[in-house]
Amino acid sequence: MFNYTFQWRQAFRALPEMLEGALYTMQIAVLSMIIGIAIAVILAVGRNSSSRWLRAPATAWVEVARNTPALFQIYMAHFGLGSFGIYLSPYVALLAGITFNNAGYLCETFRGALRAIPDTQMRAGRSLGMGPAKAFRLIVMPQMFRIAFLPTMNQMVWAILMTSLGVTVGMAIDLTGVTQALNARTFRTFEFFAMAAIIYYLITKAVMLASRLVAWRLFRY
Amino acid sequence: MFETDFTFNDLLFMLQGAGVTLAITFFAVTGGTLMGLAFGVLRASVRPWMTLPLVFVLDVFRSVPLLIQLILANAFQAIAGFGMSPFVTSCIVLALYTSAYCTEIVRGAIDAVPTVTRRAARSLGLTWGQDMTQIVFPMALRVALPSWIGLTLGVMKDSALVLWLGIFELLKSSQVLITRLQEPMFILLIAGGIYFMLSFPIARLGGHLERGWKEND
Repeated sequence: MFNYTFQWRQAFRALPEMLEGALYTMQIAVLSMIIGIAIAVILAVGRNSSSRWLRAPATAWVEVARNTPALFQIYMAHFGLGSFGIYLSPYVALLAGITFNNAGYLCETFRGALRAIPDTQMRAGRSLGMGPAKAFRLIVMPQMFRIAFLPTMNQMVWAILMTSLGVTVGMAIDLTGVTQALNARTFRTFEFFAMAAIIYYLITKAVMLASRLVAWRLFRY
Repeated sequence: MFETDFTFNDLLFMLQGAGVTLAITFFAVTGGTLMGLAFGVLRASVRPWMTLPLVFVLDVFRSVPLLIQLILANAFQAIAGFGMSPFVTSCIVLALYTSAYCTEIVRGAIDAVPTVTRRAARSLGLTWGQDMTQIVFPMALRVALPSWIGLTLGVMKDSALVLWLGIFELLKSSQVLITRLQEPMFILLIAGGIYFMLSFPIARLGGHLERGWKEND
């Protein structure tokens, strides 16, 4: 059955290279989350607004982001924009695709959180003489982030896993890209990708653990 | 952009790809749901520490990118000499991936059935099996169905990744057409439209069920 000798030493020798790739993976995931959260807050406010002109584009964004594959969104950024003469590098295309996706999912998370905050919070802020924007920023938004913290960190894990899709548009510096390049050179597919899988597993576990610790430290009372 | 070489046959080619996407989704979700049911009932029935190995293995499927799982499984079946087609490999990997999520849905739904209800059923002389099929299952189904619909749609979207193994599903078919026709935006919009039309109505139905059933609880 196993007519094959595993060559783990090669994979171990490539470990530093792969860990460097993992840094890029984290970089893209973190950037896409930061931009995604900023857009998601705007989308959440837009979807809850009474103006149809704000609600329609926000709803469209969210529904498209949630009802099409993430890979399709990355393809759209990489190949699709080529129709308009815009050529994004794999890095930017991947970042744009994941950010688009994150914003859509996080918007729904934030909207759920907003629903859990009593209206009286906003009204109390307004009664104290704050404008609507200021009351939202200082009173409502911090509570929203607290309620949405763990789902947001879940999305962070999704973002890390989604960065692996970059290899399909020619991304060569993130963990999957580096692994694929090594694979193309040596054809030790199983060994290299098993190594990558372990690194991904450890990263996601570390992020989950860190978020639990932060949540426990910040929100206990 | 309004003059296109896109023909009816190209659309058929893409719809064929959509058929492959649906076929993979069907096999993956069927297999994954059956496994998820078995694992979920097991997890809800025995002490937590007994299923720790199972929980660990299923957790791996959720913590490693699906693309890497597919590549690993494909490499492994080649090494082991199973000689499986990429289609079969993808279905198996996606089924396991589905089962990892489905297990948690099933366990959560079973846990949502109040213990007193189940005790009452057993006190009335129902066996464990009768309790499961006639008391727990109908009540748990209401809790589980909306999440399960979400999971199914998620798997359908994630099934786009099997293009890496050279399967001509919807996105891969679009890629082929893009290479030939050089009209990426137009073709991708059609592909996205097909995905959207497959996913959106069912997602709406799921949201509707979730809201409607909550009111009656």
